[in-house]
Amino acid sequence: MAVRSERLPVVDTAALLDLYERMVLVRLFETEAERQYKAARIGGYCHLCSGQEAATIGSVHALQDDDLLVTGYRCHGFALARGVPPAAVMSELFGRADGCAHGRGGSMHLLDVQRGFYGGWGIVAGQLPIATGLALALVRQERRQAVLCELGDGAVNMGAWHESLNLAALWSLPVVFMVVNNGYGMGTAVDRASAVPELHRRADAYGMPGERVDGDDLEAVIESTGRLLAAAREERRPAVLELLTYRYRGHSVADAGIAYRSKDEIAARMEHDPLVRTRERLREAGIEEATFDEIDARTEETLAAAVAAAQESPEPDVAELAAGMYAAGSGEQFARMLPGSPFGERDLVFAGGLGT
Amino acid sequence: MSTETLVPDPVPAAPASEVMTYREALRLALREEMERDERVFLMGEEVGVFEGSYKVSAGLLAQFGPERVRDTPISEEGFVGAGVGAAMLGERPVVEIMTINFLLVAIDQVVNHAAKVGAMFGGEVRCPLVIRTPNGAGNQLTAQHSQSLEGWFAHVPGLKVVAPATPADAKGLLKSAIRDDDPVVVVENLPIYKEKGEVPLDPDHVVPIGQAAVARPGRDVTLVAHSFATVRALRVAERLAAERGIEAEVVDLRSLRPLDVETVAASVSRTNRVVCVEEGWPTYGVSAELAARIQRACFDDLDAPVERVGMAEVPLPYAKNLELAAMPNEERIAATVLSTLELA
Ligand SMILES: Cc1ncc(C[n+]2csc(CCOP(=O)(O)OP(=O)(O)O)c2C)c(N)n1
Ligand SMILES: [Mg+2]
Repeated sequence: MAVRSERLPVVDTAALLDLYERMVLVRLFETEAERQYKAARIGGYCHLCSGQEAATIGSVHALQDDDLLVTGYRCHGFALARGVPPAAVMSELFGRADGCAHGRGGSMHLLDVQRGFYGGWGIVAGQLPIATGLALALVRQERRQAVLCELGDGAVNMGAWHESLNLAALWSLPVVFMVVNNGYGMGTAVDRASAVPELHRRADAYGMPGERVDGDDLEAVIESTGRLLAAAREERRPAVLELLTYRYRGHSVADAGIAYRSKDEIAARMEHDPLVRTRERLREAGIEEATFDEIDARTEETLAAAVAAAQESPEPDVAELAAGMYAAGSGEQFARMLPGSPFGERDLVFAGGLGT
Repeated sequence: MSTETLVPDPVPAAPASEVMTYREALRLALREEMERDERVFLMGEEVGVFEGSYKVSAGLLAQFGPERVRDTPISEEGFVGAGVGAAMLGERPVVEIMTINFLLVAIDQVVNHAAKVGAMFGGEVRCPLVIRTPNGAGNQLTAQHSQSLEGWFAHVPGLKVVAPATPADAKGLLKSAIRDDDPVVVVENLPIYKEKGEVPLDPDHVVPIGQAAVARPGRDVTLVAHSFATVRALRVAERLAAERGIEAEVVDLRSLRPLDVETVAASVSRTNRVVCVEEGWPTYGVSAELAARIQRACFDDLDAPVERVGMAEVPLPYAKNLELAAMPNEERIAATVLSTLELA
């Protein structure tokens, strides 16, 4: 901690306080999501990022407004960090029409195109080629923007990782592959899955910079992500950034998270807590205890409002089941096989919401 | 001292069967086959230390050790392909894929490699590989995690595909698959894992690949299904019997490739009406294949067009109400049966 304080601040105190508040939002949002899941208002898989707040908030803070973000399924925190309103995230988790994916995506598939967030994706490493393609489009469109692609430590053993990194390096694409190394892919510890567990070293194979950073150190995350994104944006130099962090909860709400790791290990890692550490920095900068209490209270209010909004938001209309599936004009293409057409079978295709 | 203690209790006859869940039946099949044949080994994500995402392999690591119950990284293409290679050298790998959705990243190894080994080299090499994976939907797992894609694999010459709907068939078909000399995709099912049923305990009892079963006899209409659709079809049949006095026959395919057209046709030629039910999308699906076979086999016997019910043709949405509407739910099946019988 002493060493840390000697370092030049990456952001000023006001900004740090603001980022701290966002971290609190993510932490308490996840606690609320777990509660709502257990009350059966949220279904499906629900992956919480508690413990990973510095990695989440710090990396997104380093994005410019027009940079793009793509993530895996553990994406509540990333959506909130990018500024998606908590009510829109909670409504999505409730499967309601006002959710940021219109109730169609749920916990794993949040998205907000206005904010450059191109989705939470559910197939491990599936988002890597997509991030590569977004970066390719940025180059083709001569836009000075970068793509930040989040993935887990488990994703680096998929073929898509190798193929994406090679393409990105070969074509000099503006993308940073950010490995959130939280120690485990489900119940498998990193060194039980990766022959070389220093995951950032894989970048060497593609002639890319690869860095490993303490992902629970907010300022270190901001500094490294910011620098690598700038190189991607300005010089079209892709990179790998490995953030070391820890997931407090199980893999998803359904996993207690204690069958494959010890309670001592979890307790030891909690000593490293990113919120506690950031609060420490703020105290050193003269922020009073009362301020932290105010932040907690304000956040609880925001979350209560988000839950209320989600509860009030209507369910999506069943008559619009196929909404969004195809582009406008496709209804005519399908007209000769839909129910109601001379040879259309009953129930085969839901006409409802097909683009007309 | 009483002499009674010297007289052993009569040994009770070992029970021929036991009630257990589908997941326990699969586990028993794995255990028996691993005990029977040293060449059989299991690999997949979380099969060892975590005891399986759906706990099918619970206890097997402790019994057989990490050489035979092998945890893999998240590398489906790699370890499915490794299964193909190991099988070509005479091993009997059983590869678990967490759900059928993730088999897509390995589909090249399944379709363009495993399925080709036998024919492409003129029968010089065999590929006795088993891939176990559950299909299924219904818990708001959403578009990327709610698919029943077994029809894709059943489409491919060179593969065998089975899809048990009961604990007994799960055990018997998995054992047949492991003993088979060709690549077999064993399609398990998420909602059925917890279902219970009577399972034969004889380690030599297997269910032959390529034979359908009449799961419920009936005279009025035939429902043809597999996997979870069989469970739904049976529920609908019971309901129609109780509420409308309609006796539906349910044919459980059990194997998709080879397909037992004979049992299906025998049923339809008795009932003269048929509804094919599946959890997958019907267009180009299992029910499409059935409809083609049935119209040819039973052309003169059919009193109504072959009907089918399947998943609404959308990527499955998250919202509960949308998901329920998209699923081939029992209301939709019942309504289709009634309309086939001209009772709607
Ligand atoms: C191709 C594929 N295989 C398996 C899964 C099932 N699965 C979902 S998350 C996960 C673990 C991923 O771990 P990691 O990449 O470390 O991310 P974390 O969950 O720790 O954020 C697995 C195996 C999947 N979604 N996709
Ligand atoms: Mg991880």
